[in-house]
Amino acid sequence: MTISIDPQKTNNESLQPKGWLRYFSFSLDHKVIGIQYLVCGFLFYLIGGSLASAIRIELASPMSDFMPRDVYNQVLTLHGTIMIFLWIVPVVNGAFGNYLIPFYVGARDMAFPRLNAVAFWLIPPSGLMLVASYFVEGAAQAGWTAYPPLSITTPQSGQIIWILSVLLLGGSSIFGGINFIATIIKLRRPGLKLMQLPMYCWAMLGTSLLVVLSTPVLAGTLILLSFDIIANTGFFNPVLGGNVVVYQHLFWFYSHPAVYIMVLPAFGLVSEILPVHARKPLFGYTTMVFSIMGIVVLGLVVWAHHMFTSGTPPWMRLFFTIATAFIAVPTGIKFFNWVATLWGGKISINSAMLFSCGFIINFVFGGITGVALAQVPFDIHVHDTYFVVAHFHYIVYGGTVFIIFSSIYHWFPKVTGKMLNEKLGILHFIITFIGFNLCFAPQHWLGLNGMPRRVAEYDPQFQFVNQISSLGALLMAISTIPFLINVFLSVRNGKNAGDNPWNALTPEWLTSSPPPVENWEGEAPLVEEPYGYGKEISERK
Amino acid sequence: MLNKTIYLILIISLVFAISFWIGFNVNLLPTEASINAPIYDELFKILFIIGLIIFIGMTIAVIYSLFRFRKRNDQIGDGIALEGNLSLEIVWTIIPSIIVLLIGLYSYNIYDRMGGMKELNHNHEMMSSNSEKIWAGISQTSDNEIAINNLSIEVSAMQFAFLFNYPKGNFISGELHVPVDQKVSMKMESKDVIHAFWVPEFRIKQDIIPGQPTILNFTPTKVGKYPIICAELCGPYHGGMRASIIVEEESDYNEWFNKNKKPEVNL
Repeated sequence: MTISIDPQKTNNESLQPKGWLRYFSFSLDHKVIGIQYLVCGFLFYLIGGSLASAIRIELASPMSDFMPRDVYNQVLTLHGTIMIFLWIVPVVNGAFGNYLIPFYVGARDMAFPRLNAVAFWLIPPSGLMLVASYFVEGAAQAGWTAYPPLSITTPQSGQIIWILSVLLLGGSSIFGGINFIATIIKLRRPGLKLMQLPMYCWAMLGTSLLVVLSTPVLAGTLILLSFDIIANTGFFNPVLGGNVVVYQHLFWFYSHPAVYIMVLPAFGLVSEILPVHARKPLFGYTTMVFSIMGIVVLGLVVWAHHMFTSGTPPWMRLFFTIATAFIAVPTGIKFFNWVATLWGGKISINSAMLFSCGFIINFVFGGITGVALAQVPFDIHVHDTYFVVAHFHYIVYGGTVFIIFSSIYHWFPKVTGKMLNEKLGILHFIITFIGFNLCFAPQHWLGLNGMPRRVAEYDPQFQFVNQISSLGALLMAISTIPFLINVFLSVRNGKNAGDNPWNALTPEWLTSSPPPVENWEGEAPLVEEPYGYGKEISERK
Repeated sequence: MLNKTIYLILIISLVFAISFWIGFNVNLLPTEASINAPIYDELFKILFIIGLIIFIGMTIAVIYSLFRFRKRNDQIGDGIALEGNLSLEIVWTIIPSIIVLLIGLYSYNIYDRMGGMKELNHNHEMMSSNSEKIWAGISQTSDNEIAINNLSIEVSAMQFAFLFNYPKGNFISGELHVPVDQKVSMKMESKDVIHAFWVPEFRIKQDIIPGQPTILNFTPTKVGKYPIICAELCGPYHGGMRASIIVEEESDYNEWFNKNKKPEVNL
């Protein structure tokens, strides 16, 4: 059954503030909430990025000389936690999901608007609490993985604040996931079939299933960990007979799917962006849908590949090797399909397109090192080294963050009604792409040759390569400047975009820019072929 | 059409040639100093070459499409309305599946040759009671039984040092001395948090876990001094938690061992 929302019932316009003030309010409009997620996430990205810069400054010399050793561990812990829980997860899911999903299913808002607002408003306080814990008695310093017994024996207040903050953020994520599933399944406009939905809906459906299935496990684990810290229980405390490896199983049961929670929405977004700018239908729609679902299923049964050097028996190592390597198959299908989408198109080389193509190249590289890391004998040498650091930054930065920027260039005209400056955009892409690869490619070599991760000091023979990496990090920091200038200039003085500057066919472009409160003045349009490029209008259904 | 096929074959063979050349000529790994190391490097080389072929191929495909199919100024309208191609989809499902499966089987073989699939038949009876459960690790290498005597060492890790107990000599050392070409069997346990024992030149790593002993066996093949690195975040001085392993000729090792040996204390 599909429900169409009666405009009169949800129209609380008189109660909602207008203008820029609504972005600071408990607004129920999915578009406002989406922008709140995006801007809030970006502010935390700047904090997480500053922490990353501090790490690279420390690592420009082999001695621990830039900050005290325990502060360094706090910085890397906060960097990881902020980037994952406050930037990437909320932005690719919350920001773009909230903005786009109701358009794509032809609804006027999300299924549960109040839950949606609650989910967002959990983020700023828990994020601020996390950052503020640094000033209380030292922030958490056991890494974003918080492995016991280290997390039990380090200063307690920081670790407890960290747990509380991650619990709240996990709650926000679960609320969001429930909302997306309900919206995609139940709020579809009458006549719109599941297999006609834009690919981002499928990506968000898969992601939300992972969120709902795995995040509660993380929540339970962290609650047990907090008992160990506060109440001296012995779940994970070996002194009291606890088992530290069980924590790792429970933690990675969430945190491996979390990788797919971070990349699947990006896969969805790039599937929206490429067809528009290549003027071609998305290649292989049906296989794309099945490969997303394949990744969801496989993603739930690969967690122990993070534990090949922990206490895991041989048969378990073997099973998780095969399962992990097989994720490459559905993922590979998606990449071949994207290249096939480009093939034979009429491609506009603009910032959105360049960031998407940068994503394909970076992610293929990260995927290849990922398949290598899945092999137990390979992983035993490079586990917990800079090789792994390089690998996952290729996935989450080279992959997801590139797509976040690509999406901002693509949807900025819809949100603001103004175009971004293309010259500044291309400059932003070039500096980011060079800086990113300069920063992370050399780290593969560091890991292979003996530099472990999470260290403030290292063997002096690695100094030169670390300095190249730090130079890359500097370029990445600089690349933010043209982007910020571009956004601020374009919001005020940008060229008027019109309703549909890209001549796109997905439903969000079939309304005004910026869209009205209830998305469409009249009835929601029925878009049966969101990728019907290259066909005569009369041929389109 | 014929021309296009020739170009395609030419480009593909060029990609293969470049990848194989790089794979065989660029060494990204440190010295090989244990029986495991050449086996590891063999796997690395294969994965490196396959990875290069895929990466270079995909990068060329993306850059070529961007260039070849870019929209010219005088062009209007859309590209071709091609929505998919079932036979292509089947090809790029089946070929990667076969590659992944072959890599999996091959790495199983590599792991088996490293001794990873062996029972953890450690000979630490002196030290471990029967009730104690030994967790994971790498057991002995099967094909290369150079070692006649097993050297048993007990490793304890703590914030921020490794201690090596030689039960036969009844002494503890901060440096790990081992004779070349002899199998070393280590039982490792942590006193506080999780640490890890890593020797990059040996291509082996194993976490050292509090409350759960782990086993790591290896056979060094090259005389020299190599770093032992803690690879698991263990606290503020994690980066400084290092020790050295000194692989020496048997005569040198015996001399060192006898110098440090203490008489057994009878209680």
